[in-house]
Amino acid sequence: MAEIKIPEFTKEEIKEIRKTRTAMPEQDAKARGRNFEEVTIGFTAEDALREANRCLACKKRDCVSGCPVEVPIPEFIALIKEGDFIGAAKKIKEKNPVPAVCGRVCPQESQCESKCALGKKNEPVAIGRMERFVADYERVNGGGSSNGQVKKPKPSGFKVAVVGTGPAGLVVAADLAKLGHEVTMFEALHKAGGVLVYGIPEFRLPKAIVQSEVDGIKALGVNIKVDSVVGKLYTIDELLGDFDAVFIGSGAGLPMFLNIPGENLNGVYSANEFLTRTNLMKAYLFPEYDTPIKKGGHVAVVGGGNVAMDSARTALRLGAEAVYLVYRRSMEELPARKEEVHHAIEEGIDFRLLTNPVEIVGEDGWVRGIKCVKMELGEPDESGRRRPVTIEGSEYVIEVDTVVMSIGTGSNPIIPNSTPDLEINRRGYIVADESGATSKPGIFAGGDIVTGSATVILAAGAGRKAANSIHEYLMTKVKA
Amino acid sequence: MAKVLGKEVLRSDLIALKVEAPEIAKKAKAGQFVVVRADEVGERIPLSLARISPEDGSLGLVVQTIGVTSSKLGAMNVGDDIADIAGPMGHATPIKNYGRVALLGGGFGAAPMYPIGKALKEAGNTVTSIIGARSADLLVYEKELAEFSDQVLVSTDDGSKGFKGLVTDVLKQEIEANGVDWVMAIGPAIMMKFVSLATKPYGIKTFVSLNPIMVDGTGMCGACRVSVGGKTMFGCTDGPDFDGHLVDWDLLMTRQRTYLTEEKVAMEKYSCSCVPSAK
Ligand SMILES: Cc1cc2nc3c(=O)[nH]c(=O)nc-3n(C[C@H](O)[C@H](O)[C@H](O)COP(=O)(O)OP(=O)(O)OC[C@H]3O[C@@H](n4cnc5c(N)ncnc54)[C@H](O)[C@@H]3O)c2cc1C
Ligand SMILES: Cc1cc2nc3c(=O)[nH]c(=O)nc-3n(C[C@H](O)[C@H](O)[C@H](O)COP(=O)(O)OP(=O)(O)OC[C@H]3O[C@@H](n4cnc5c(N)ncnc54)[C@H](O)[C@@H]3O)c2cc1C
Ligand code: SF4
Ligand code: SF4
Ligand code: FES
Repeated sequence: MAEIKIPEFTKEEIKEIRKTRTAMPEQDAKARGRNFEEVTIGFTAEDALREANRCLACKKRDCVSGCPVEVPIPEFIALIKEGDFIGAAKKIKEKNPVPAVCGRVCPQESQCESKCALGKKNEPVAIGRMERFVADYERVNGGGSSNGQVKKPKPSGFKVAVVGTGPAGLVVAADLAKLGHEVTMFEALHKAGGVLVYGIPEFRLPKAIVQSEVDGIKALGVNIKVDSVVGKLYTIDELLGDFDAVFIGSGAGLPMFLNIPGENLNGVYSANEFLTRTNLMKAYLFPEYDTPIKKGGHVAVVGGGNVAMDSARTALRLGAEAVYLVYRRSMEELPARKEEVHHAIEEGIDFRLLTNPVEIVGEDGWVRGIKCVKMELGEPDESGRRRPVTIEGSEYVIEVDTVVMSIGTGSNPIIPNSTPDLEINRRGYIVADESGATSKPGIFAGGDIVTGSATVILAAGAGRKAANSIHEYLMTKVKA
Repeated sequence: MAKVLGKEVLRSDLIALKVEAPEIAKKAKAGQFVVVRADEVGERIPLSLARISPEDGSLGLVVQTIGVTSSKLGAMNVGDDIADIAGPMGHATPIKNYGRVALLGGGFGAAPMYPIGKALKEAGNTVTSIIGARSADLLVYEKELAEFSDQVLVSTDDGSKGFKGLVTDVLKQEIEANGVDWVMAIGPAIMMKFVSLATKPYGIKTFVSLNPIMVDGTGMCGACRVSVGGKTMFGCTDGPDFDGHLVDWDLLMTRQRTYLTEEKVAMEKYSCSCVPSAK
């Protein structure tokens, strides 16, 4: 372990550094647009120590109220200031079991950092970057993910099944295993990690980090069964026969399409397919890996969320000459993380805002272009956002070879259809209360399958709550 | 991981594998399929179930070796491990007493017809199986289908065995001669298309097991989009069986060709690594 030198800033110096956030080193925009390595390189110890000294250690802890799982932010920053990086990581993990992931992918600008007191006059404290730094530091210097606790708890005698290995399922499994319950996870795909492995690209979340989380959970004694589609291989009711409780964290993985003409042409992908081929199946390494994907050419990505940014930047890295991001509202409404939008612009993604696709034009079965109309913002709708309306006669065609539809996902019907008495809402998601309890005793659910597509930290938070209520439920159950 | 328990070369390009998969075997029904990944760098490909044996915990697969993954699987031997096998995917074929049924299997398609035909027979149907090939020595599965079929009709392009001509001609003759109430076809898209065209004028319900390109097989990616009755559906979760009279065959065949260029590249690389001397 390298010696940590605690800096001693003068009052004047502190005043000065409070003005600006410590920049995070990143790969050059041109170079990174052609490789799949992580874009941002992460803080050094000096960077983290400098940034920690920007924090005002507010009594009111506004930042904490902005975090969905209430990470003790000023407290972990104080530990960084003392040079106790591993202690800081542990402090975060009291509330957030996956800081290496959240530090990278949380939309901090609308969560913790949006509430930071320093942000009122200056730039807010870079909470996410520090969170990532200490989690990475702990992984490298502290013997892996600290989810892998060394002391085995006393077995409780209870067995819990966890369906889905996304952040929600991983957190439930880790928390319950630490309480001594015997946990078995079921994953439909051949690799555990959920969206963290099949969706979010390597250049934003290295798969080695997800793997270390998964390894940490295995080290707790959790059994992970891949290639196991619940609803097909076993029904939820059958699991309930073999286990004392079941948690469903199967995510919102059903791809949506616009239902416009030409959507089944060759070259039209859902973002799920485009990203799964690239990330999970490693099509970017084709033909070293067997799975192909269409590379190069001109690509249009439809949508404006994180998934759309990831698809556009993936297309670029697969060798596209031009990538258009087609979004029907304006820059301000883009739901993606600000940092991703910023990176996408730097990398040269061509943003076609206030633009709506009406048809995909083809020739001999292949995509040749995407016909769009221009939009303008009208009156605000129910969501408070100004509704885009079509400008008559503004049609034009962008010539492309590939179109990636990234307009959202829905609920996969396999589990609901095979579990007739589980209450489902109008949109197909499982109904569960704050604690994760569903309409069926012994069955809990959380993450995207309950809320619809949301965020990693919300899924992890739901997992933690569900783990607590599953534990309570088990403790009230009298074992014969 | 699934161990190869048995292997039989039915024809140079058709390999039957018996694979250890007790949990899937317990659950699977005729008409369903599995998604298989041969090795750590492998692609996920769907394969229909040719045998479902819960008693010894095995599944039977028949692969037609046309590309990298099917060739990798075809090259496996007893004792080898297949990296991943997941399923059972898709819906089972609806089995009931339709009356007189005609089953047509082309290429590998005769194999998955076995459990379907057997179940139909057990449900009380009179079963006619129809198989065809270019010539007699390329015919497979005749013996197996005869185990439960009331009759097995054979056609060859060159007339070396059975009727000289196409399976669709045999089907039409059977319809005219004895009447057929229900038809099912499994095989190459082009064959299923022509079977559907042949039965359409008679208004005979015709089931086909569609084979679009798939990735996950669970409804997550949409690669398997097919158009049936003007509606886009997912081959893996809505199918694989659909009403052949409503399928947009041209779309299916076009989409199957999506990766033709890439498949050639992959196959060249695979052949090189397999046969180092072949230059
Ligand atoms: C491309 C992309 C980028 C994103 N970027 C961000 C971001 O930057 N920041 C952020 O906070 N959030 C982001 N998200 C959202 C975030 O990833 C999700 O909200 C989160 O992963 C949801 O977690 P989960 O555990 O509910 O489900 P998932 O991560 O979806 O995991 C569900 C798992 O269950 C499995 N499963 C499904 N059905 C079955 C079944 N029947 N049997 C067995 N297993 C099953 C699936 O295969 C999957 O592995 C992004 C999402 C995508 C797709
Ligand atoms: C439900 C279903 C059941 C099937 N059952 C069988 C079976 O029992 N036996 C059998 O031999 N074949 C079966 N197939 C077809 C089989 O999946 C393809 O032949 C196989 O994927 C070819 O892979 P490859 O790498 O060997 O060839 P490639 O060179 O990759 O492809 C050759 C052709 O196979 C098709 N194909 C390629 N990749 C896929 C994919 N991921 N999914 C589907 N088709 C693809 C394409 O049309 C392609 O042009 C089935 C397909 C489906 C959808
Ligand atoms: S979990 Fe996310 S929102 Fe909470 S403190 Fe960490 S980065 Fe901020
Ligand atoms: S609000 Fe900002 S400055 Fe105050 S304690 Fe939180 S991070 Fe530090
Ligand atoms: S194969 Fe992915 S949705 Fe059907």
